Amino acid sequence: MTAPNHRWRQFKDVLMQIITFTCAILVVVPLFLVLYHLVAKGFSSINWAFFTQLPKPVGEIGGGMANAIVGTFVLLAQAAVFGVPIGVLGGVFLSEYGGTKLNWWIRFAADVLNGVPSITWGMVVYALIVVPMKGFSALAGGIVLGMMMVPLVMRTTEEVLQLVPGGYREAALALGIAQWRAIVQIVVRTALKGIITGILLALARVAGETAPLLFTAFGNHFWTHKLTDPISAMPLQIFAYAISPYDDWHRQAWAGALVLIMFVLAINIGVRFLTRDRFQRHA
Amino acid sequence: MNITANPSVVAPPSAQAPAGPMALTVRNLSVFFGKQAAIKSVSLDVAARAVTAIIGPSGCGKSTFLRALNRMHELNTEARVEGEIRLFGEDIYSRNVEPVVVRRRVGMVFQKSNPFPTMSIVENVTVGLRLNGVHNRKILAARTEQSLRMAALWDEVKDRLHAPAISLSGGQQQRLCIARALAVEPEVLLMDEPASALDPLATSKIEDLILELKKDYTIVIVTHNMQQAARMSDDTAFFYLGELVEFGPTTKIFTSPAKKQTEDYVTGRFG
Amino acid sequence: METHFEMELDGLKQKLLLMASHAETAVNQALQALLQRDHDLAVRVKENDRILDQFEVEIDELVIQLLTKAPLATNLRLVTVAMKISQNLERIGDEATKIAKRARDLSQEPPVKIAIDLPLLARMALDMLKAALDAFVSHDSAAARALIPRDKEVDVLNKEIHQTLAQHMVANPDTIGRCLHLMVVSKSLERIADHAKNMAEDVVYLYEAQDIRHTGKNQPAPAAPTAGA
Repeated sequence: MTAPNHRWRQFKDVLMQIITFTCAILVVVPLFLVLYHLVAKGFSSINWAFFTQLPKPVGEIGGGMANAIVGTFVLLAQAAVFGVPIGVLGGVFLSEYGGTKLNWWIRFAADVLNGVPSITWGMVVYALIVVPMKGFSALAGGIVLGMMMVPLVMRTTEEVLQLVPGGYREAALALGIAQWRAIVQIVVRTALKGIITGILLALARVAGETAPLLFTAFGNHFWTHKLTDPISAMPLQIFAYAISPYDDWHRQAWAGALVLIMFVLAINIGVRFLTRDRFQRHA
Repeated sequence: MNITANPSVVAPPSAQAPAGPMALTVRNLSVFFGKQAAIKSVSLDVAARAVTAIIGPSGCGKSTFLRALNRMHELNTEARVEGEIRLFGEDIYSRNVEPVVVRRRVGMVFQKSNPFPTMSIVENVTVGLRLNGVHNRKILAARTEQSLRMAALWDEVKDRLHAPAISLSGGQQQRLCIARALAVEPEVLLMDEPASALDPLATSKIEDLILELKKDYTIVIVTHNMQQAARMSDDTAFFYLGELVEFGPTTKIFTSPAKKQTEDYVTGRFG
Repeated sequence: METHFEMELDGLKQKLLLMASHAETAVNQALQALLQRDHDLAVRVKENDRILDQFEVEIDELVIQLLTKAPLATNLRLVTVAMKISQNLERIGDEATKIAKRARDLSQEPPVKIAIDLPLLARMALDMLKAALDAFVSHDSAAARALIPRDKEVDVLNKEIHQTLAQHMVANPDTIGRCLHLMVVSKSLERIADHAKNMAEDVVYLYEAQDIRHTGKNQPAPAAPTAGA
């Protein structure tokens, strides 16, 4: 073992460490940039009015995004109602009644759908729901977000269920428990945390979708009282304000973006908390 | 080795059937996975309230055979079962019989203990009852104590019935699984290498437990440990490459087996 | 390719065979000392008995060791039979010693003129011993079965010899001492034949897994179809 060889190898080793470390840091940097900018530009505009008041007419200073905030929640609630049952049950089917060629095709379809641009989703729902209803509506917005959630929730549910060891299924069946009962009460119950995580993450993802809402929820300057009326949502409002020429609206857009990202961050942190490893010894 | 076979041992099982009802009679059982036959034309009788051991090298079909006894192969869409299995005279594969009912009468304990992780000890014991519609608190409590006592676990857990099941040690978890299986009051208990994942002390507790249980239950146990089979079982079946090579009283199989293959396996010349 | 355990079992067998040849030699030499009135040979035989005792102890220890490894089937029968055969061989050694002691004493006195066929009895006993050991070595349980009835013949001859000696002692009281010695020798030879018969029964158990002791009738094995493996 000659000395120069050894030092060259050491150098390569250290170089690789530095490169990979730098790349890892580079990944995280944008997050901090985004947060910094949002906080810097938006924090000052966050006040009580922001959360409670409707947008003021063009030209007037002040007002808030109360309806957009509520609108986002309304849309997410609908999305959950449409997307969660279909997604979870679909995932249960794929995982528990699996093995056939059909399952392969369903999975393939879900993966393709996960890659469909969100604006396309919006256009499809526009054609299917908005046109027949002759108008934009909160319902259409909820449906499009729900539909976007389905393939996501289905795949994560399936994956989480697959992680449940087969031994539990066998044990349940060996006790003479009917298969569907075993699936619901034993398998799904064991994977419940993972399924909820999947749902929350899907919600966090669709919470920030703007393009599909352009064609469906459309936006509203006022409170929405019926689901068949257009509704405001945070991404929509932020978009509208951001491309406007008014400074005040720009500041409010920053504030909205900050609130939105805080919301998404809260969900992510909540998910981490839920799935923390509380010194569990697995069978 | 020049071993002269004793002719009477080669007779079919029915010719040497002991008195008393047979818990399980298996005739010409074959199990196919796709085109491949995992076990071919197996016939034997499992005596009631006795321990029958199934031995053989890896891949010989012992677990496949065991799972045919409680219709567990139906979970596998590629599996096909032919032949007849009767549980105390009733054909368990007949069209009128639901698999769920068979599995309540024929329980199973697995190699790797698998208490349900989201449930407490008592919830695990009663899960078979509750998910089959039994909700009467008195019955559940009585059955819980009875099953845990039968599994020799009551004294160790009676003060912490609501603790998570996975907080128990490996040997305790396996006994919990046995209690869980016993709670639905099966007639036959199938055990697939129940002690192979346990340390010697836990293993000997399980073996003692089985010897106690056989007073009330018929037990079929798959094991790769021949000394265990010799210690615990009344009858032993030796499987090789999917076929039943020899079946008979345990003492005979381990002191003077009739077939050379059995002799070779038992003395460790292969497998 | 033999396993380690099989090699250990072989070792047990070899030890047993070694002990057997010592036992055979002891009997042969004791008889030689008797028939040729060889005082020194008789003394040597008596001294060599401790070799057989030592063998028995070693074989017993080896058997216990092997049992902890839980042998099964043929191996189990081999190990337990080895213990019994070594016991029989040790007793045969003791009988040889008895013969040697009487031979030693008889060699100091004038021979007795009496028509008893001790050489025949000796031949029969020795042949049985040899046949039993051969059956063990060559796995021949049929040969072992065949030699068991011969024990009756030995018993008959021993009885005859006893009767003849008894009559002689009554008729010639001055020969009582020497006749008694001869009676003991005859008895010892009969016992040696018994031990050979016991060993033959053990050989049958080892190779046929059938216990034919104390059955009263020792028939040849039933014709077995080759229904194995």
